[in-house]
Amino acid sequence: MTTQGSNITTRPYDWAAIIKDVIGSGIITFLILTPIVAFKTTLDQGSLTYSTRWPLVLTLALIVIAGRLIFHLFVWNRIETSKSAKAAPAKPGILSTIGKYIGPIMLVIALILPLISHFFPTSDKRVIDLAIYVLTYVMLGWGLNIVVGLAGLLDLGYVAFYAVGAYAYALLSTVYLPEWFGAGVVPWAFYLTLPLAGILAATWGVILGFPVLRLRGDYLAIVTLAFGEIIRLVLVNWFAFTNGPQGIIVPKATFFGLPFKDDPGGFAAFFGLEYNRIHFYIFLYYVILALALLTFVVTNRLRRLPIGRAWEALREDEIACRALGINTTNTKLTAFAIGAMFGGFAGSFFAARQGFVSPESFVYLESAIILAIVVLGGLGSQIGIVFAAIAIMGSFELFREMDFLKAILPQGTDPIQFRMLAVGLAMVLMMRFRPRGFVTKRDPTVFLKEKKAVSGDFVSQGHG
Amino acid sequence: MAKWDENSVLQVERLTMRFGGLTAISELSFNAARKQITALIGPNGAGKTTVFNCITGFYKPTEGMINLRHPDGREFLLERMDDFLITRHAKVARTFQNIRLFSGMTVLENLMVAQHNKLMRASGFTIAGIFGSPSYKRAEDAAIEKAKYWLKKINLTDRADDPAGDLPYGDQRRLEIARAMCTDPLLLCLDEPAAGLNPRESEELNRLLLGIRKDHDVAILLIEHDMSVVMGISDHIVVLDYGQKISDGSPATVKNDPAVIRAYLGVDEDEEPAVIIAEVAAPIAAKKAEVKAATKKAPAKKIPAKKPTPKSRGRK
Repeated sequence: MTTQGSNITTRPYDWAAIIKDVIGSGIITFLILTPIVAFKTTLDQGSLTYSTRWPLVLTLALIVIAGRLIFHLFVWNRIETSKSAKAAPAKPGILSTIGKYIGPIMLVIALILPLISHFFPTSDKRVIDLAIYVLTYVMLGWGLNIVVGLAGLLDLGYVAFYAVGAYAYALLSTVYLPEWFGAGVVPWAFYLTLPLAGILAATWGVILGFPVLRLRGDYLAIVTLAFGEIIRLVLVNWFAFTNGPQGIIVPKATFFGLPFKDDPGGFAAFFGLEYNRIHFYIFLYYVILALALLTFVVTNRLRRLPIGRAWEALREDEIACRALGINTTNTKLTAFAIGAMFGGFAGSFFAARQGFVSPESFVYLESAIILAIVVLGGLGSQIGIVFAAIAIMGSFELFREMDFLKAILPQGTDPIQFRMLAVGLAMVLMMRFRPRGFVTKRDPTVFLKEKKAVSGDFVSQGHG
Repeated sequence: MAKWDENSVLQVERLTMRFGGLTAISELSFNAARKQITALIGPNGAGKTTVFNCITGFYKPTEGMINLRHPDGREFLLERMDDFLITRHAKVARTFQNIRLFSGMTVLENLMVAQHNKLMRASGFTIAGIFGSPSYKRAEDAAIEKAKYWLKKINLTDRADDPAGDLPYGDQRRLEIARAMCTDPLLLCLDEPAAGLNPRESEELNRLLLGIRKDHDVAILLIEHDMSVVMGISDHIVVLDYGQKISDGSPATVKNDPAVIRAYLGVDEDEEPAVIIAEVAAPIAAKKAEVKAATKKAPAKKIPAKKPTPKSRGRK
């Protein structure tokens, strides 16, 4: 058996073409760099002068020439002769063995993380806080995955539902619940509001769903994008209702009515523990873990129900769906509603964790990040989304830690300013080499004899 | 009166479809009977697929009536119904000229999606299903049994767990028919089921369609260019040309109808078809003899049947 890569022969060098290419690319580099690099303006005692940097331009052009030459000599002369990857018996690689157990392993790690976080060199609080942060995005990714990954509807305004959930918690817990049931209900506000926030977000999902039912692709993306911005602008400008850009201070989550405070009525005193702020973080961690697992389990069950199969069929071929008697209107609306509902749960949790909400948290960038997580993870793949969320959110945080970079960076710049640049570059590379994300295989929802993952090549990516 | 009129499932009355100034179909009337195969034939652009799209609700006809009668006596006016309701309530299923399978889903999943409405009710519109109700489990098992029955009919039991997009072209055609049958239709509309099939696959298709006619209470309406399929299996043929019906009857009658011959061979109104046939037939016969002689001398390389490539996957 030969693997695809091993059967490689080399091609004789075509020197004329190589020299032409190398010199050509050198000239192009030179021409491009001339206006960008060659002239440097300096402010010299009130007058603007310029200096030239021709040696630098030449060096850079030479680097390009050398680089292309190396590629010509050692990389581009190879010819892959074996294209019979399909005929070769698929040998279960180490990756697929890991793939089988990765889910349970990750779950166990997630469950005991607060315990093992004691052994991390940095403080417990930071590790757990980061884990909460990542899990929030995992949950959002799983929620958006229903709309984008399963139903194939590109939604660029998912953060709107996150905002609806957060403001639902904020307004209900500070204004409406005390008004309706008295101030005594406030410690319980999180538990009472969570389902309501989900329902409200789902309602908004349907409200968004209706106008976009007939839209596809780019048009759908634009309208959902606009919807996300509308929600944010309403939050900013409806001062009487939302307190505008100043935001709302909201009560933090409690342990079934017991606040995490250093007083006799608090959580620590009740259980006879010494007060420590970490209790609150551990509690929040398990809440978001439970919510994320709920999202995971519900989505997985839905996939195996007719509604979930209809979502995936819709992504594959809408006309065929209608020809089979599937009401595509309802199918799309349920996808929007259920995806939005999980976004609402996550938003409500976000507000209860922060103790403060403001429209600033719900900008378009958040939608883009959540969508990036879903796409990077592999459309429709739940385990891939976990990795993508860890990779993206983790790398954001990593930049905060990299103080050593300050030594090499120019004076006055903080490495954190480069995080978007680096993540963007990483995503470009990722999409170049794994365009379908980390996990490309689709798991069938039902099988007769043997469960075989469907290769991503066959899976359609939907209309958006 | 012919037998297809007595127990007709589908009655098309004075169907007219105009796209702007273009009249694609005008005043078309025909019937399709239960347990019969009705073929709709005609030269390219005759309006056959438009008729299908009107029957299955993808187009709303400009004028006319399309009536579907159930065995229990209920009647449905298809021209007033939404496309997915036609499948759901009136029980009309269709296949497409360019195959529309869910290529990223497995063969079995394709057949399960086709039973969506039944399963949706069994799952209590998802609410009971999400808590794993036993009645849904039973319904799902029944649906898998039904899928297995059809897999056996189309000889794809071994490939049930493979993605539908991975199947050979002929298998995809048959799977699409099986998928349509999984919706329990009373009228099955097949849009060029034999297009792109080789003779062996064509033969398998004929057997499948005859099997469906024999074992299931369904009227089959098919559009087809492959005359071996049309003449071999249909009980009743309707011929269209420029949106008008030019002939209607059993295969034998249609085959000898001068109007049909004129439409297919492109004869002027005033010319006598018989003369033209003689003129056209003579050179063909001569050529045939020539080819025969040539193949005897040196067996010519057999040109494999040209297969249209399955529609490209990826983004649509």
